[in-house]
Amino acid sequence: MTKREAYSKLMEEINAGKFVYTGELEPEKIGDMEEVIEGAKKLVGHVVAANVTDIPQSFAYMNSLGPSYMIQEKAGLEAVCQMTCRDRNRLAMFADLLAAGALGIVNILALTGDHPSLGDQPEAKPVFDLDSASLTALIRKITDKGVDLNGHEIHNPPKFHVGVAINPGAIPLEPEILKLERKESVGAEFAQTQVVFEIEKAKQFMKAIKHVKVPTLVGIFPLKSYKIGQWMNDFVPGVTIPSDLLHQLKELQKIEDKPLRKEKIAEMNVEYYGEFLRELRKTTNAAGCHIMAVKWEELIPRIIEASGR
Amino acid sequence: MPVEKILKTVEGIENLLIVGCDGCSGIYMVGGEKQAETLAKLIQMHRQLNNELGEVRHTIVLRQCDRQLVATTLRPQLDKVDAMVSLACGVGPQTLIDVFPDIKVFTAVDTYGMGGKDRELGHFFEYCSGCGDCLLNETGGICPMTRCPKALVNGPCGGMLDGKCEVGDYKNDCAWFLIYERLKKLGRLDLYRKYREPRDWRVSQSPRKLEI
Repeated sequence: MTKREAYSKLMEEINAGKFVYTGELEPEKIGDMEEVIEGAKKLVGHVVAANVTDIPQSFAYMNSLGPSYMIQEKAGLEAVCQMTCRDRNRLAMFADLLAAGALGIVNILALTGDHPSLGDQPEAKPVFDLDSASLTALIRKITDKGVDLNGHEIHNPPKFHVGVAINPGAIPLEPEILKLERKESVGAEFAQTQVVFEIEKAKQFMKAIKHVKVPTLVGIFPLKSYKIGQWMNDFVPGVTIPSDLLHQLKELQKIEDKPLRKEKIAEMNVEYYGEFLRELRKTTNAAGCHIMAVKWEELIPRIIEASGR
Repeated sequence: MPVEKILKTVEGIENLLIVGCDGCSGIYMVGGEKQAETLAKLIQMHRQLNNELGEVRHTIVLRQCDRQLVATTLRPQLDKVDAMVSLACGVGPQTLIDVFPDIKVFTAVDTYGMGGKDRELGHFFEYCSGCGDCLLNETGGICPMTRCPKALVNGPCGGMLDGKCEVGDYKNDCAWFLIYERLKKLGRLDLYRKYREPRDWRVSQSPRKLEI
């Protein structure tokens, strides 16, 4: 595949073969963007871009488009605007894409989206007029041909880069890989994985998708507390946390002094993921790492530094 | 539909005719003659207990979706009937209204859709939504429009785990996993991997009418 022109820093660095880092910001049930912008400011200089979530887990939160624009404007941090197909039909998605382009948003992560029944408004009507693959195809049509889904010309069409998600914890893995091949066939330009805790799993996964020419960022999730770790291990499908790590966390949780406990847990994550990243860079062709440290932005530079870069 | 809801619906209406349907509703044991009789008895009992007036009879139509059958079967039975209560799918009561516009018609069924059944387990599965643009020949005979809660044509989504679906707490099969397994067995994983354009929803646009 010949490399396309890069319209964003994220794509420029991926194309240049740099090991890239992305962060994640989550606008919640809130009427202002201060927290998201502050979070973004802490990420500047450490990650090339940050994902802005789009109603994650179907909880009625602020949308992605507004904060994606604001972090670029106010914090100077490039956004990866997540777009799910759960809540909008193809007309609304196209309309939002045009607005995103006009607002200078270039990176879009095309997601199908969790079902509404998982969130805090389970009565909502699910839309899913498009899915992650057809949204990817639409974005490529806009960018490459300057047309909408039905081929109608767009005046002054925007340029986007489109990424997709993939789950290394999918059981079984084969249909997940075939699905990535499908997304590759419609023009996915990069992929970010769901959280992986075990380096071995990350390595096996990267090996399994080696034939797919979609640069892939492996997703990691620093653990803030034993409770979160235990919950993820027990309840998040496809996620297993190494028992050593959980045990270590359980011990640290016993520290009574709160700031000290927080720092010790941070140190544990820094050490664990520093090693994880070193190994990932050394042994796989991962294009980078997507660090999901929402409201813990200050940890990201420490992890990157510990990984030796 | 819960009995309380049915009783509330027909409250104060004196003479009722409970109309079963021997089509799908009867086959699925939701609204056949037996169920019509049971519902009639229940309403009658409730009325006796509450000293309410009125007669509750029951009958059966071979297929309530057929206007001619509805007309010929029910016309002789409508003397002194204030309202009919249909036990057919949602098509039944609407056909009754078309044929007998002057009589009140209610439904006693929350129709879930067209399904298959496992008689031994007493389970009914929704297998078809009558979307009008059948994908079965491409998906190994398993319908993603109905059996995937997101009706995805490029599934599965990230909510599949171990072949199960995130909707319903991983108790139900993921339709796209079934499709994957079936196509793998048939040696047609190319059909699984294939990208499908977004659906043309015009063929599913209600209300539809089929000219025969």
